[in-house]
Amino acid sequence: MSSNANRTTPLGLRIAAIAGLLFLHLPLALIFLYAFTTEEKSFEFPPPGLTTKWFETAWTSRPDIWPPLYLSLQVAAIATVLALIFGTLAAAALSRTRFFGRETISLLFVLPIALPGIITGIALRSAFDIMSIPFSVWTIILGHATFCIVVVYNNAVARFRRLNGNLVEASMDLGANAFQTFRHVILPQIGTALLAGGMLAFALSFDEVIVTTFTAGQQTTLPIWMLGELIRPRQRPVTNVVAVFVFVVTLLPILAAYYLTREGEHTGGSSK
Amino acid sequence: MSFMSPAVRFQNVSRRFGSVRAVDGVSLDIEPGEFFALLGPSGSGKTTCLRLIAGFEQPDEGHIEIFGERADGVPPYRRNVNTVFQDYALFPHMTVGENVAYGLMIKGVGRAEREAKAKDALAMVKLAGYEVRRTAQLSGGQRQRVALARALVNGPKVLLLDEPLGALDLKLREQMQEELKTLQTSLGITFVFVTHDQGEALSMANRVAIFNEGKIVQVGTPSSVYERPASRFVADFVGSSNVLPPEFAAAHGGHAMWTSLRPEKIQISSKSNLVPAACAHATGTVTAISYQGAVTRITVATGKQALIAATPAGTDVRKGDSVTLIWPKSAMVAMGEDA
Repeated sequence: MSSNANRTTPLGLRIAAIAGLLFLHLPLALIFLYAFTTEEKSFEFPPPGLTTKWFETAWTSRPDIWPPLYLSLQVAAIATVLALIFGTLAAAALSRTRFFGRETISLLFVLPIALPGIITGIALRSAFDIMSIPFSVWTIILGHATFCIVVVYNNAVARFRRLNGNLVEASMDLGANAFQTFRHVILPQIGTALLAGGMLAFALSFDEVIVTTFTAGQQTTLPIWMLGELIRPRQRPVTNVVAVFVFVVTLLPILAAYYLTREGEHTGGSSK
Repeated sequence: MSFMSPAVRFQNVSRRFGSVRAVDGVSLDIEPGEFFALLGPSGSGKTTCLRLIAGFEQPDEGHIEIFGERADGVPPYRRNVNTVFQDYALFPHMTVGENVAYGLMIKGVGRAEREAKAKDALAMVKLAGYEVRRTAQLSGGQRQRVALARALVNGPKVLLLDEPLGALDLKLREQMQEELKTLQTSLGITFVFVTHDQGEALSMANRVAIFNEGKIVQVGTPSSVYERPASRFVADFVGSSNVLPPEFAAAHGGHAMWTSLRPEKIQISSKSNLVPAACAHATGTVTAISYQGAVTRITVATGKQALIAATPAGTDVRKGDSVTLIWPKSAMVAMGEDA
């Protein structure tokens, strides 16, 4: 009886929770809605009419969408690969041995994601200036890698800590060198964590604006392009169509990452 | 000449961790085909010695030879030595069969051959037909057997076992003791195992090295170590013993040295006038009785020295009884002055 009573959430709390969800998700719904509006110059509510022609317009007669899209995909892909390599190595190093200052170094790895993007952006911009590195696709990639490494590191380090250190020794004992041990023992154990970390990193990079603004030269990534489109009111719903596309492209990996890490915890627990 | 070399040789080996000498000047020869126990309390250096043989640790001083070959700097994966880990360290993402075949797969043995060999190895440890199981589905005893098969399938010259029976319950432990012994005899491989359980060491090993504080304090057959402990530490650690001070020993026909007297060598009698010439005796009052199944341990206060006698169950004494303790003078073993 009492446990049942505890499970019933008070009405006030339920209303608050629903209000919170609406506050978070109504703007998203509006983005979807305005992708279908017939009014192209301003966001008028309610929309005077609904149409799917903007999807067609975006696909057929707006070539200016494609270069930013390709650039964003390219940046996100390379930043993710860099993050996978360096994030995994850092996690392996830091979870393997205990030494003085380990927690501090661990914090330093995580810091870029806690810092406001604007700080990271300014810092990188002045660093590139001092080193006279011209702004290019590669400076954008490096900028994105700073926070992409963090998500991969965070995912990998948690999995490494659960990895029984004896497994590595057992593998070596059975004749496997470091590379074979990594391939046959470590990678299968941390694989899902890396996949999840990589997908999160990709999603983060794909819609990043602030760091990109500071580290880009003439290049325009997709989010920057969208920002520019909102400023001049021409075929505004096309921007929303692209927003819907970005939403899907980033949501799917995040959902996948969520299920992958949950699955990993499940199998990790059952092997005990 | 190479057939004369020992399976494992420690030459004045030391291994330090920071300022701690985990292994301190150990010299030891383990002969081919021996079932050898490294026995000692935790932190005595026995596990570090095992890891030195496996190659997970390298000596700071001295040398290790495996079948006459210097092992200095040779990584674990190039040693013809395999280990059964204390927690078994089975690969959780592989089936039982894949676990056992792992070493062969790394060596590049073809699928059909390694599956056949893994099958044989599993049959050897009485797990025939378990190939496709997941390791998570196995009991502790079964995991131990898989770990054993996974090591033996590689045909090691030396098999290392780290506390092999530590995680098993009593019944299973006794059964595995028998099986390990049988397996070792039939394979003829040198087995080196680490244990803190003196009963396990005495019942399984051909020879035992007893460790204390990074040093070997005695090496010998189980019976010589038990009957002739070289020091008070060994007398105390291997079995239980009455450690007699020099004065007491001298007064009862022994040497004026610290002396070990095993409880089961002492008989209890209610009469004090029937002591054979070859025996010593002491009279006292029973202060404690501890029933332990097959034996009863009786503590008797004789003047300043309390003695413990292990008598067959059913000995009829009560707390407060006045009794005479009788033991052969030859049962008193004088020991070195180490502790």
